[in-house]
Amino acid sequence: MALIVDHKKPLSTCPLKVSAPLGAALAFMGMKGCLPMFHGSQGCTAFALVMMVRHFREAIPLQTTAMNEISTILGGMDQVEEGLLNIASRAKPEIIGLISTALTETRGEDMSGELKQIRARNKELNDIAVVDVSAPDFAGSLETGWGKAVAAIIRALAVPTGGLAKLHQVNLLPGCHMTPGDIEALKDIIADFGLDVIVLPDLSDSLDGHVADSYVPTTLGGTPVAKVREMGRSKLTIAIGEHMRVSARTLQEKTGVPFVLFDRVTGLEAVDRLMVCLSTVAEIPVPARQRRARSQLVDAMLDGHFYFGGRSFAIAAEPALLWSMGKLVADMGATIAAAVTTQAVPHLAELPAERVIIGDFEDLEDQILEAGGCDLIIANSNGRQAASRLSTPLYRAGFPVFDRLGPAHEVNAGYRGTRDLITRLGNILMECPNHGPISAEHTHGHTPAAAG
Amino acid sequence: MLKRKIQELMTEPGCAVNTAKSAGERKKGCGKKLVPGAAAGGCAFDGAKIALQPITDVVHLVHGPIACEGNSWDSRNAWSTGPTLYRLGFTTDMDNLDIIHGGEKKLYKAIRKAIARHSPPAVFVYQTCVGALIGDDVEAVCKAATERMGVPVIPVNAPGFVGSKNLGNRLAGEALFEHVIGTVEPDDVGPTDINILGEYNVCGELDQFRPLLARLGIRLRASITGDARFADVAACHTARVNMVLCSQALVTLARKMKEKYGIPYFEGSFYGISDTSDALRAIAGLLVERGADPTLIDRTEALIAEQEALAWARIEPYKARLKGKRVLLYTGGVKSWSVIQALQEVGMEVVGSSVRKATASDREKALARLGGDEEKLADAIPPREMYKMFAEGRADMMLSGGRSQFIALKARTPWIDINQERHHGYAAYDGMVALVRQIDLSINNPIWNQVRAPAPWDPQ
Repeated sequence: MALIVDHKKPLSTCPLKVSAPLGAALAFMGMKGCLPMFHGSQGCTAFALVMMVRHFREAIPLQTTAMNEISTILGGMDQVEEGLLNIASRAKPEIIGLISTALTETRGEDMSGELKQIRARNKELNDIAVVDVSAPDFAGSLETGWGKAVAAIIRALAVPTGGLAKLHQVNLLPGCHMTPGDIEALKDIIADFGLDVIVLPDLSDSLDGHVADSYVPTTLGGTPVAKVREMGRSKLTIAIGEHMRVSARTLQEKTGVPFVLFDRVTGLEAVDRLMVCLSTVAEIPVPARQRRARSQLVDAMLDGHFYFGGRSFAIAAEPALLWSMGKLVADMGATIAAAVTTQAVPHLAELPAERVIIGDFEDLEDQILEAGGCDLIIANSNGRQAASRLSTPLYRAGFPVFDRLGPAHEVNAGYRGTRDLITRLGNILMECPNHGPISAEHTHGHTPAAAG
Repeated sequence: MLKRKIQELMTEPGCAVNTAKSAGERKKGCGKKLVPGAAAGGCAFDGAKIALQPITDVVHLVHGPIACEGNSWDSRNAWSTGPTLYRLGFTTDMDNLDIIHGGEKKLYKAIRKAIARHSPPAVFVYQTCVGALIGDDVEAVCKAATERMGVPVIPVNAPGFVGSKNLGNRLAGEALFEHVIGTVEPDDVGPTDINILGEYNVCGELDQFRPLLARLGIRLRASITGDARFADVAACHTARVNMVLCSQALVTLARKMKEKYGIPYFEGSFYGISDTSDALRAIAGLLVERGADPTLIDRTEALIAEQEALAWARIEPYKARLKGKRVLLYTGGVKSWSVIQALQEVGMEVVGSSVRKATASDREKALARLGGDEEKLADAIPPREMYKMFAEGRADMMLSGGRSQFIALKARTPWIDINQERHHGYAAYDGMVALVRQIDLSINNPIWNQVRAPAPWDPQ
């Protein structure tokens, strides 16, 4: 049982939080033939774009309405119109995500209403889906924007299928803590059950790091608009992460497809629930391959628990990732010395930690010092300064991870993903046998494996 | 207030690009209109932050919603040889309530908290779009904080929507001129003190030429702002000469320092061998004009001769490996002729060079280097066209900024970063040798044969 603490600090030091519009843009990266645009000043786009480029090491299609002083005063409708038309003629996308920012939301722009007028007078936009998302930077974080974008895509594009028969198919709504590798793994698992799947959004088809045959100015792959329109024919929607609840419910309201929400898909007990669910929908027993994978995970837990027991972790991450990682290390017998996240989400109170702080990396560092040190920090790359000051190894997870190769290919989902995650974490713990108390004199007899 | 300042910066008489324009064009200013849906690059806030963040011992506090700092902190490659405070990200992280009630009180508390915890010699406070839009008076808050807390709190008024990154660089220069420079009187003023404006110590580049200056007995009072300490920038009005590095972002600051403190300045570059030599000559010449020991000139020539010979000797072994390789140079084009010279000297063929931000005279020099072939000079190459160039094998490699890296890489073409995100220093003589070495490592890496070969089951 954890107490959720928000100090409402006037000064955030070394922020953990990244902005909601970035989360929305990231969701649109999983749509095929997409080119999203921020309605804000060009810096809003530049920062988000650079951060995604550094994480994925891929070109990121993201445009801007380039608000200037005059349009900030008079209103930005002309900028939106010009931007949409420019994108339509230059990149010929299937879909444009139009995402508001703090600048235009503070002005109080009616982006939705204006978009209707713009579409009415520009037939060039007829064949392009334009999905508008209100995701101001001053409310929420990465998860918030991602969730809002997925819900907006569903609201705009999903349709009731009328009398059409159900297909042997499920919908998958992954949270923003799922890597392209995770999504790929879940697609494989679902395919094992003989089910088809529509993933929204599907980063595993666009940002999985591959080389296209020609130059593409939009996303390299992802969920086609046409597939979103078919989601109503699925038997079930599987949503992963609490921040996908609104999207799953919206889809249910629009199409009647019921949903199941998984709080996580990492950890033996959690993946078991997923298997039972898929087995029920597919009306077949759990396939042999997954049973074998389960057995391997059980074995990894048997081999690994020696190294987790009695060790302490500090985790700084968005709520869904904090939950997923925190529950797993607790499953393995480790304790959570410090937990920091970006926004108050009620179910985090169930996390086996004393407190969950809504804060930044300064809070994480303070918490670790207060706890007398910890064995391993789990955080994004921005945790590297804190980790190096505390001489504690850092396991990079979440977004952004810009100082390691392949964050998109990390897999934590499913039996195999959990098995491999236990292996990776266990190996660091094995290499750093004991943290001891942190003091000025204290130095380790080894080089921290993942710090730096 | 801000508007007048921007107008002044846009029509800078000290800027070579500007003076080369007709009177009518000059009046329009240098602000290029940003095209919605087809724009690229950072905002004015980004530019101001890039220009000031390398001051290593102060708190850089961003007054805005999370995007401005949360999406960008500690992402720039400016190194420090000492303090690390500048690598922490500080922001007021404005939320809905701050926007309704105003953020001035929160900002004041944030400044107080930062000073209490980190005891910096100064705090720089950056205004952003939202703070400006709701009318938070950052200058007044900074003034009050300075008076009550006894620590200089410097307002940097460059909200994103006022313009481009380059304009932000200039507004940062204004903040330094108005609030920092001249506020400390050093007790060790010497006859060979200089400042370098517009150098950010990316990948430690300062230390590719600082030792050369030291050998000549020239002291770098302040780099503005690479590896800088607040007190040095505050005392930099006592230097004898200002050198303005390429991009002309801080030329207004140089002109104002000349008018107020009588410091002569020149524009130069440490990229390329001959440019480095020219820069050292210009520094020595101006210092002697201002009363430094006249033997400095001969000593400088001796150092140049030694260093040039050494650099060319170190480059020599690469000639055989790079001869005839065709390279596309895609940068802003500032002083690109000097890099072209170095590449040609190792036997590479420059098949194209961009000259977007170059002055007319730089353009002429680049053109001369390329044998007068106008077609090799491009303003901007559309991504699709650039991809085609590589796919058809019209260039063997590209040197550019991060923005175009995947066009080259996805066309299975060697690429190295020569922009601000680069991972190696390329300044002065050592830097040019490092550049040639990186080109060699990239173009002669064994991966290219394998990654270009089709899969066995694909037709040739």
